[in-house]
Amino acid sequence: MADPSRPGTRPPVFLARASYRRRRLHDTARLAPLAAAFLWTLPLLWPHGETRVSAVLVYLFGTWGLSVLVSAALARALRRSERDLDTSG
Amino acid sequence: MLGFNALVSIALVYGAFLFGVAFAAERRAAGGRDGWLRSPWIYTLSLSIYCTAWTFYGAVGYAARSGLEYLTIYLGPSLVMIGWWWLLRKLVRIGRVQRITSIADLISSRFGKSGLLGVIVTLLAVVGVTPYIALQLQSIAQSLDVFAARGEGGWTAQGGGSAALWSAVGLALFTILFGTRNLDANERHHGIVMAVAVEAVVKLGALIAVGVYVVWGLGGGASEMLARIDASPIAAWEQSGGRWIGFTLLSAGALLCLPRMFQVLVVENADESHLATASWAFPLYLALMSLFVVPIAVMGLEILPEGANPDMFVLTVPLSQGRDGLAVWAFLGGFSSAASMVMVATIALATMMSNHIIVPLWLRSRTGGAMMAGDVRAMVLTARRVSILGVLGLGYLYFRLSGGGTALASIGLVAFVGVVQVLPALIGGLFWRGATRAGAATGLLLGFAVWLWAMFLPSVGDGTAIPAAVMRAGPFGLDFLRPQALFWTGGLDPVLHAALWSLALNVAGFVGVSLASFPGPVERLQGAQFVGVFDHSEGPGSWARGAADAEPLLVMAQRIIGAPEAQAIFANHAALQGKEGRLPDVTPDFIRTLERELAGSVGAATAHAMIGQMTEGVSVSVEDLIAVADETAQIMEYSNRLEQKSAELERTAAALREANAKLTALSVQKDGFLSQISHELRTPMTSIRAFAEILREGGLEGAEQDRFAAIIGDEAGRLTRLLDDLLDLSVLEAGQGLLDLRPTGLGGVIDRALDAALPLRDGLRLRRDPALDGVRIVTDPDRLAQVFINLIANARKYCDAAEPELRIVWNPAAHAVDFIDNGSGIPPDQGRVIFEKFSRLSDAGKAGGAGLGLAICREIMTRLGGGIRYLPGQGCGVFRVELPQVAAPLGIEQPVTG
Repeated sequence: MADPSRPGTRPPVFLARASYRRRRLHDTARLAPLAAAFLWTLPLLWPHGETRVSAVLVYLFGTWGLSVLVSAALARALRRSERDLDTSG
Repeated sequence: MLGFNALVSIALVYGAFLFGVAFAAERRAAGGRDGWLRSPWIYTLSLSIYCTAWTFYGAVGYAARSGLEYLTIYLGPSLVMIGWWWLLRKLVRIGRVQRITSIADLISSRFGKSGLLGVIVTLLAVVGVTPYIALQLQSIAQSLDVFAARGEGGWTAQGGGSAALWSAVGLALFTILFGTRNLDANERHHGIVMAVAVEAVVKLGALIAVGVYVVWGLGGGASEMLARIDASPIAAWEQSGGRWIGFTLLSAGALLCLPRMFQVLVVENADESHLATASWAFPLYLALMSLFVVPIAVMGLEILPEGANPDMFVLTVPLSQGRDGLAVWAFLGGFSSAASMVMVATIALATMMSNHIIVPLWLRSRTGGAMMAGDVRAMVLTARRVSILGVLGLGYLYFRLSGGGTALASIGLVAFVGVVQVLPALIGGLFWRGATRAGAATGLLLGFAVWLWAMFLPSVGDGTAIPAAVMRAGPFGLDFLRPQALFWTGGLDPVLHAALWSLALNVAGFVGVSLASFPGPVERLQGAQFVGVFDHSEGPGSWARGAADAEPLLVMAQRIIGAPEAQAIFANHAALQGKEGRLPDVTPDFIRTLERELAGSVGAATAHAMIGQMTEGVSVSVEDLIAVADETAQIMEYSNRLEQKSAELERTAAALREANAKLTALSVQKDGFLSQISHELRTPMTSIRAFAEILREGGLEGAEQDRFAAIIGDEAGRLTRLLDDLLDLSVLEAGQGLLDLRPTGLGGVIDRALDAALPLRDGLRLRRDPALDGVRIVTDPDRLAQVFINLIANARKYCDAAEPELRIVWNPAAHAVDFIDNGSGIPPDQGRVIFEKFSRLSDAGKAGGAGLGLAICREIMTRLGGGIRYLPGQGCGVFRVELPQVAAPLGIEQPVTG
């Protein structure tokens, strides 16, 4: 992603870049549970009988941990963007 | 080996420790040092009441029976938390803005502060959750029985039952002590929340400790453990997709709808930003809670004898290895899970019962309404305490009646499906403005009924609530109504079957009736506030200016929220309004604030009803309705503007038509006026020309010459007067010419007019009212005198009586001067035209004027702000000169006599 504030680069196409980013952040926050739901239903498609339950267990807890990390990052970003919004008026 | 006394002592010490923690938290909060009590971590830990004893013990049993399916119970809530931006954020904001006290209050408040919906949701919650509370008591009894089963310490399995009773008593005491300290449900129960947070740590620690011991102490490490899992009876991955997805969705809905979860998620939330932390920390907590469930289950199946209760593996696995310390920790973890669930669920249910059932009934039983209701505050607190005892009593009763058997094991899912019936109304209410009270009530009742029929009653036990024949063949032989095979769908899993049909009919009823019904104003207002909570958090209130005084409102508020708090609210608002003193004006804004404060204590519906009694009915202001019609507001505004424009156009057109008519009339008048005036000018001109020609021909005698010259002079004089009058009239009609307004005595003006019109007082007897001398007015005396002169001269000219007499009388009622002569008056058909130009009664010669006098009088009086009228039908000539009313200091003075 290009840094818009770097000198010498062309002016950004979107003038309200900050608010554009914020809205996309909100979109990400809305999409996160859908992604997690997809990951957590995926094992249903794995062949019955052949799949070892330990593999499913490891997979589920792995994706669970991943979801926690992603949503922690999202929560941080959302809180910061709300704070910026408050201070910048 | 651990004896009964030791275990009971440990439990008692632990209980005392929780009391201490709660007490210290309350003390800190009371002292204002509640900073870290309000931290997002405490909030996240308080959410852990989702993990009850059912999950603490039951998850292992569930895993031992059905493999990984237990994970769905945790994955669902994790999804909701990760997706907090969708739903929870809005829910928490609404809870704070509307001062929501419970899930029943939320539904009631959203659908027009409906008392009925509050009652429905409360009943649903009580029916659904009471068995769940019984399950917690059972788990305490069962866990004690595990220790008892080893037959040491001289106690028997019956000990478990009495332990359940004593636990219930202890929990009731704890809940009443820390749960009903303050009335306002929105004020956090710091003691309870702190105790719950401590218990959350204890139960997580216990489960992880047992798990670590199982994996690394018994299992020989992580990879070894995975191999054991694959070798165990639950190794096959045969998961049913329907159950996996269905249970995930069900538990996701339950997180939102369970009264106790709503309590900690929404009601006890101190800061919206805590949600951001909980959005990842709570899924982490759930992951850790469920991480070691499968290893413990596998190890239990492996090392314990066949037929051991898998629900108690958490206790029996360490016990079987002689790890008493670990087992006691696990026991405390299970006790914590049960205790925290019971406490919070009881508070939530008690709040709902007191706010939506007991208090409304009690208020209704009082004829005087809220004003005469006495100490509402004490009453509500008592109601809440009684409700707590009632809920716990019901739970204990259910536990005893069901015999504490295996029937309770499935109660967790039964409760989930029950409370999830609120979900359609909740989600619909939050995102759909078209959702109505009738729709919500229909959906809830349908779902409730189907759930009772298809799930709750069958769960009580085979053949107890519903006869076995009905289970097999349906009621009255209607086989499509078989409880577990509605509409011939018997092939489904029973839980999925009940959830599917109850929710499907619920949603259908909710949506269908909502679409067909029409919401009331308060409903629409609340709908707009809920759906658009981020657009107008400080939205418009629902009270127009009522008939209420501030004082009775203060009296009522003091009874509910306490005297100092109520006085502080009133004083603050008075200060906001910039008023001295402690009582604010009863503005809609103030009433809204007050209602929210009261709602925090007794629920929205009751608060609304109480305020409604004081302010005489529900009313919604125009501004509110505009806010309600947010979606149509723009269209409405646009059409309003169009309407305004078209009305404006219509007005302009009307004005133009009027102007046109006036112009036409004026033009007609002008034509008439011109012909009239040329006639008037021509008559004297004709005689002037004739006599001038006679004089020019000469040959006349001196006397004749003089007479003719005199005629010419008279006629020229008449022309001059006519032209003077015309000039005067045109100046008056054009509104030109300045009036010389000043305070004047009316008597002086009359006298001047008499002097001018009747300098010798001859030919007319005068009777002048002495009251005229006392009247002072602001006017132009010269102009007014001109009017009077005209009237006096007319009376002298036209009065046809033998002895003409003129009375000039002051009429205080009409604020007018009447000129009354004793003649025969003016014929009725002419009464109307005498003020027109060139109207003259008899022949012109007698009048000697052009007939402009009264027209001029009328113009003058109009300009002076008064009027002149001829009063017909008096049997004599009466002209009334109405004078403008003037301000008091210049008004009528008493006539000065002497």
